[in-house]
Amino acid sequence: MNNNSLKISGSNLKKRLKAERRFRYYGIFAISLALIFVLILFTNIISKGYSAFYRTLIAVNIEFNDEINLESIKEMSDEEIKQIDLYSFTKKNIYANFPEIEKKSDKKKIIKLFSIEFEEDVKKYIISNKKNIDNKNQVFLTASDDIDQIHKGNYSRSIPEERRRVSNFQLSIYDKLVNQNRVKFEFNVPFFTRGDSREAELAGLGGSLIGSFFTMILVLLLSFPFGLFGAIYLEEFSRKNRFTDFIEININNLAAVPSIVFGLLGLGILLNTFELPRSTALVGGITLSLMTLPTIIIATRASLRSVPPSIREGALAVGASKVQTVMHHVVPLALPGSITGTIIGIARALGETAPLLLIGMVAFIVDIPGSPVDPSTSLPVQAYLWNDSAERGYEEKTSAAIIILLGFLILFNLIAVIIRRKFETKW
Amino acid sequence: MGLIILFLFVSYAIGSYYLGYSKSNKARVHDAVRPYSLDKYYGYYLAIWSVVPAVIIFAVITVFDGFFIKNYVLSDLYSLGIDVSEVDLIFTQIENTRNGIQLFNSNDELIVNAVNKLNFIENIFNISAVIIILCISSILLLFSYRKIKFDFDARVIVEKFILLSFFACSLIAILVTIGIIFSLLYETIRFFSQVPIFDFLFGVNWSPQRAFVTDASDTADIENAFGAIPLFSGTFLIAFIAMCVSIPVGLLTAIYMSEYARSSVRNTAKPIIEILAGIPTVVYGFFAVITIAPFIRSIGGSIGLEVSSESALAAGLVMGIMIIPFVSSLSDDVISSVPQSLREGSYAMGATKSETIRKVIIPAALPGIIGSFLLAVSRAIGETMIVVMAAGLVANLTANPLEASTTITTQIVVILIGDQEFDSPKTMSAFALGLTLFVMTLILNFIALRVVKKYTEKYE
Repeated sequence: MNNNSLKISGSNLKKRLKAERRFRYYGIFAISLALIFVLILFTNIISKGYSAFYRTLIAVNIEFNDEINLESIKEMSDEEIKQIDLYSFTKKNIYANFPEIEKKSDKKKIIKLFSIEFEEDVKKYIISNKKNIDNKNQVFLTASDDIDQIHKGNYSRSIPEERRRVSNFQLSIYDKLVNQNRVKFEFNVPFFTRGDSREAELAGLGGSLIGSFFTMILVLLLSFPFGLFGAIYLEEFSRKNRFTDFIEININNLAAVPSIVFGLLGLGILLNTFELPRSTALVGGITLSLMTLPTIIIATRASLRSVPPSIREGALAVGASKVQTVMHHVVPLALPGSITGTIIGIARALGETAPLLLIGMVAFIVDIPGSPVDPSTSLPVQAYLWNDSAERGYEEKTSAAIIILLGFLILFNLIAVIIRRKFETKW
Repeated sequence: MGLIILFLFVSYAIGSYYLGYSKSNKARVHDAVRPYSLDKYYGYYLAIWSVVPAVIIFAVITVFDGFFIKNYVLSDLYSLGIDVSEVDLIFTQIENTRNGIQLFNSNDELIVNAVNKLNFIENIFNISAVIIILCISSILLLFSYRKIKFDFDARVIVEKFILLSFFACSLIAILVTIGIIFSLLYETIRFFSQVPIFDFLFGVNWSPQRAFVTDASDTADIENAFGAIPLFSGTFLIAFIAMCVSIPVGLLTAIYMSEYARSSVRNTAKPIIEILAGIPTVVYGFFAVITIAPFIRSIGGSIGLEVSSESALAAGLVMGIMIIPFVSSLSDDVISSVPQSLREGSYAMGATKSETIRKVIIPAALPGIIGSFLLAVSRAIGETMIVVMAAGLVANLTANPLEASTTITTQIVVILIGDQEFDSPKTMSAFALGLTLFVMTLILNFIALRVVKKYTEKYE
């Protein structure tokens, strides 16, 4: 009998070892799959988005004449220069750059090569070169988003003309400009300073960065103290009874409630009952801090629990009261863990989109918010909005907004890791 | 304005603190008596009594004064018989006129009078608020100052106050839960008074746009517009696809990490996989739209399948990637907590490593693993941005993953995004969906946490 079973296992051994190896390969396969997903995600977004960090400019000769007199401009203050109307002046100058084109419809097409706000570029040039300005100048004007995309190579020329947003005529002009070395790239500063825009080449992250900043400050101010103090009470002072059990169950459940439910809470309570202003960082901040609170409480409790009882006993033994023991000895030791949890919670809140959609932080807002009660959007919401826009130029903007967002998240998590490494005590 | 008030309160608190501190300190130094508590506790004691009640009164006044002022200013208008619905508009006009914005009726006698009244009553309110707060806090300061004697233990009271405020902080979690339940239930009950609950739960037609009627005159239309079955089916379809990705990958990853991997591999691969859990969902949504959906379409096209540009498959696949770390890290914990003796027993019987894992460890860890699956499912059901961006917005009762289908969360967003009319059944239906979602995830989480907890206790 015994002999028999040994024999069977012997004859199966090869098979079994093969199965063993196969099983191990499954594991390696699964892990590499997960790692490959991470890799694809990052390379995909970075490769789509990096081109939004520079923009295309086209050089145009601008000549001052009787209509806009150089002497009078030199006497104007910066504010006055911003007020004057240079639109038709710039337009005529652009025409003058292409003397061979006479048909009116063709002239219009040439204007379409430039961004709608090309006169702003001229004004900026005047203001920054006021001292040594000449009658004849070469000014770089922002290109329209179609030309921008073509120059970056994101937009294929092989698409048939009737489906292309840039006509063959415009392409020929563009090629001529490239040959004359009059098209250049520049770091895209406006992308970080301007608000949203209906023109892809002018749309920037400035407004949503400020909106996110206000929201996160509010989340920090609201959720950290409440979370810290609440956790201290629950971990150090509360007696174990039904009520504290109930609080604990509540916190664990809140941590797992879908974020969109917090959006409904914000809409139902903050906007409709308390009538706080819609679309503002104030409401967004309160909503997200309610969402972050459980995370902070759980992290703080865990780090309080890891402080060994000897610390408490030592303090109590030399005559400290219970509150003194906790506040002077236990909390300082638990603080790094709590701060780490807070930073991770805030990083999550920074990337949260769904609740903000419900409380109206999703509007098209051009102005950069000046305070938490101004209408604003946030970084991920801006990415969502751009993703919804049909124009080609917004695709790289969406990716770029996501790159910035991911950059902030990596930064936050790095800070959390550093704090943990540096201050955490291993007992 | 707010900053000035904050500054005043803070400086008042600091002043009171020094008053208490110096009284105690003086006694200690000059009179050579020993106060019961440390000097600083007398300072805290005074600061608490002088500022905390004042702050509470201030908060109450700022919350309720708007209501009183509005009623007072509009009392004339009410007697003139102006319709209630117009009152808010008129009040806004009055406020705008006061703030220097010229309106078409800014010069009406009615408005001018009202503006004067508004200025008058606001001044009275502000001045009286300042006087009341000052009086109360000075009286309290005086009383508590006189109470400082050297057999008086300020520390006990200060500590009681600290404990009380900490306790109040811990109550916020309950308040949030109550707030969620209240806001969801309130609108849901109103919704079900117009749409029968049975029609909502078992109807197969979801088109809330059709029911944009506020009054229920067109009841037939309303009844047919709010059948949530297509949303439930879409939600479960996408969650199912997501689990098809995340369960095998997540579980195998967890097994390999805890049983096979060297610690160096483990220490690098685990954090990288956990990055997936930290990436914002809007990023996954964008990834699904821009990369996965076209990829699936081109594959479908090459084998002759019609794939719509928004498909449950794309959303589900990406959601599955997102959930991998939830499954893997929880299962990893559970598998690691299986006692070593079980493994050794199995090896002693001559089993190979994979046989041990399949026949001993997995069965032993099964409840915990299932718990982690349930948590992942609840995560998938509640996920919003991926499905909003990649799964489609129109309700469509289908089991075909290549077609667009919509979910509960998507419809909440679609209904409530932008401006909405608040009393229509359409907006209320979003809250009913929210409640359904809340209850579903609550049950799943509750079961999962119970299972995991019970299981981990078993081996401890």
